[in-house]
Amino acid sequence: MKKTIMIGIILCLTVFLSVPVTEAGGDITDKEGVFPNITLPEPAKAYEKEYLGIPEGPFALSRIKADVVIVEIFSMYCPYCQKEAPNVNEFFRLISQKAEIKEKIKIIGIGAGNTPFEVDVFGKQYDIRFPLFSDESFSIHKAVGEVRTPYFFVIRINPDGSSKVVYSRAGSIQDPNAFLDMIIQEAGLQKEE
Amino acid sequence: MSIIRLFLTQIIILIFSVTLTHGASEQFKGKIYTPGMLKPVDSKTRLKAGMTAPSFTLPSVKGEKISLAQYLGKKNVVISFVPAAWTPVCSDQWPGYNIAKDLFDRNNAVLLGISVDNIPTLFAWTGEMGDLWFPVLSDFWPHGAVSKKYGILRSDGVSERAIFVIDKKGVIRYIDVHDINKRPALEVLIKELEKLQK
Repeated sequence: MKKTIMIGIILCLTVFLSVPVTEAGGDITDKEGVFPNITLPEPAKAYEKEYLGIPEGPFALSRIKADVVIVEIFSMYCPYCQKEAPNVNEFFRLISQKAEIKEKIKIIGIGAGNTPFEVDVFGKQYDIRFPLFSDESFSIHKAVGEVRTPYFFVIRINPDGSSKVVYSRAGSIQDPNAFLDMIIQEAGLQKEE
Repeated sequence: MSIIRLFLTQIIILIFSVTLTHGASEQFKGKIYTPGMLKPVDSKTRLKAGMTAPSFTLPSVKGEKISLAQYLGKKNVVISFVPAAWTPVCSDQWPGYNIAKDLFDRNNAVLLGISVDNIPTLFAWTGEMGDLWFPVLSDFWPHGAVSKKYGILRSDGVSERAIFVIDKKGVIRYIDVHDINKRPALEVLIKELEKLQK
């Protein structure tokens, strides 16, 4: 009996430790997938906190004040992410310049396996103006399906706090203008204007 | 006894599931060989901080011969030994150093990347990383001779994942023979370089 309980505990412990962030519904890289409601630390910079419209302290992704959140999974050590950084900056600049959408679409980056120091090096090197977070233990990377980097999730945040992946892709976003148009369409933002 | 065996098996599964996350760059898609979990360290160096760094001359991917001695009195030197080209963690290490040149410059240091792979292999592999600002040196022939001199040649013929910081006088100031399955955090190395400036 004791032995059975021990085996049960060991198996449960393994499952628990290997799935650090839950709530992912099926394959989240599929359209209509549910993005895990990850918790992120409070950004160090005041303008980042203001940009995200979040309260003090750690916050859930669904608390970001936006209709759509774009999550880029990147790594400072990923050559493709490095090459793509100026393109993503241009995409961020495009959104910031459009008054009708800049409050509706927000971007964050998550550095898979990167320490806060490494994330900071990446941010400074490419002059990245949107918030970047460290995922040193790969726990978020694991929860989102160990995707290749860079990987982009376009997530619709619903008024009830639930979220839905409306689009996702690995690799370059290609033309930032076309990518933005596609997001507006996929997330149904035009209808609300 | 069988419970202990089950526990160890589960731990191994867990470790595998955690470490297969390196080398995920789209750049290397379909090109990475995954060796699985390896013995963390498989050598024992006799070198210690305070000792004179063993001298060497090795060919670089760009066709030069690079000697440790050429930096004596001029630059601090960081040697980054990586075990093998086209493997997950190694492919996830030097590209990061490639965007951290400022941090090395600020500490008056050069970086030398060394692997026991031959030049053509290193040429193809590092070509995927972009234009590297630091020399990449081949310790292929005599096979692993420099790795052996530094006491970090593993029993299967590759080097450890190791970092040596050598000051301008040629004295070793820091050694990190790292777990081969993990990437050393950049800030640890930078802190060691900053100590040389004090």
